[in-house]
Amino acid sequence: MGEHTLCFPTRPAILSTASIAGPQEGDGPFGDMFDVVKADTLLGEKTWEKAEVRMLQEALELCVYKAGWGLSDVQMLFCGDLLNQLSASHYAVRDFPVPFFGLYGACSTFVEGLILGALAVDGGYASHLVVGSSSHHDTAERQYRYPTEFGHQRPTTAQWTVCGAGAAALGQGQGPLITHATPGRIVDPGIKDVNDMGSAMAPAAADTFITHLADTGRTVDDYDLIVTGDLGRMGKSLLVTLLKHKNVDLSQRLLDCGSILYDHTAEVMSGASGCGCIAIMFAGYLFAEMQAGRAQRILLLANGSLHSPDTIQQGETLPGIAHAVALENSRGGDAE
Amino acid sequence: MPKATGRETAAYQRMIVASKPKRPLAENLVWAFVVGGAICLVGQGVKNIIMKAEGLTPTEAGPPTVGVMIFLGALFTGLGVYDRLARFGGMGANLPITGFANAIVAPAMEYQREGLVLGVSARMFTVAGPVIVHAVVVAVIVGTLSHFVGK
Repeated sequence: MGEHTLCFPTRPAILSTASIAGPQEGDGPFGDMFDVVKADTLLGEKTWEKAEVRMLQEALELCVYKAGWGLSDVQMLFCGDLLNQLSASHYAVRDFPVPFFGLYGACSTFVEGLILGALAVDGGYASHLVVGSSSHHDTAERQYRYPTEFGHQRPTTAQWTVCGAGAAALGQGQGPLITHATPGRIVDPGIKDVNDMGSAMAPAAADTFITHLADTGRTVDDYDLIVTGDLGRMGKSLLVTLLKHKNVDLSQRLLDCGSILYDHTAEVMSGASGCGCIAIMFAGYLFAEMQAGRAQRILLLANGSLHSPDTIQQGETLPGIAHAVALENSRGGDAE
Repeated sequence: MPKATGRETAAYQRMIVASKPKRPLAENLVWAFVVGGAICLVGQGVKNIIMKAEGLTPTEAGPPTVGVMIFLGALFTGLGVYDRLARFGGMGANLPITGFANAIVAPAMEYQREGLVLGVSARMFTVAGPVIVHAVVVAVIVGTLSHFVGK
């Protein structure tokens, strides 16, 4: 419907979720919402990469278990992370006897997976499908920035990559229903500062959101919550300003996972980021909120910055993207 | 919507500057002074001890003091303390020789998982490499100049 928005007639459901979080995420305000909180960031493994693989593996397995399935029931798996060649996902699903698609959408990966998963379920191609994504602070630091023990001062707009993995099981049945999706297009505002990803991503989030409203004819008030992934405090305030210029007032309904995942401390500056950010916040917190009926209809608006450290050093800009899915509880059913 | 034009970027940059949280300059300066000053105080203490114990002049005591400070910088990097110190100390922690030790030991620790040769040895200078290269180049230029002009 409309320009870019997809409407799913069969309304695929999110049957179960799983969230695995690191210690710092566990100490935050949502610590007790996560299924598992790890005591340290290495998980007894030899490398950070192995630790991330383990977290993602555990999240996928737990999610399948909570859906009441066996691993061999799963017909398709969509998974992604931040590492080069999607290595965390590839090693995490190495032992799973399941057809697998690797996705890269930076921090928007989880919602990108939900959209593609919903397409497959709605099209009748799968009835048991799992979506997952992960990130790990230390694997991301060494790939994108500095060695972890190197001392440097973080700018006020910098964000802290979440250590965590989230997964969701999709099929037909009970659970929050995926009714619409608005896949985003790449929006590049020309920003070059890798320490300010929120600013680079805010225009993409605004673009997708405006498209979503125009396509569906909905307004901000049709949603209990509009949830962005990891714009951070900086990107969040820019998104509100950008939308105000378009006469859309989002401020009352907007929840940015990156801005609230941690207590406000000097270390995390503008907030959390990474594939794991919206993944664990949805799997741990928002899914429970919807099941408890405290939120009937939400829009997940996950944003990502699609750069690489090399292209930035070569003088390129940060291209942003944002994908949206609309979820609602079965009882709230409106006719469409 | 393709890439923004230069004018659009400039307009958006103005919006960013308007909502960017201010860098706490005064606070940062004070912390840089405290942390940097404390490191230098330790250095001076070490130097005094070496001078007393070995009966050396201040000039002679310089190199061994530097050695001890490099060791301390490496030690506190290994203990996982130095990166925290630098997070609020900023340049106060980066500028002294202990910060230089941190810049070499941190990647050496990070990349040991890729092995001794292609990990530690090859990537040890990812942070400090440019500093060393520039220092050598400047030393050559200044040395050459002083050879012909300085006398």
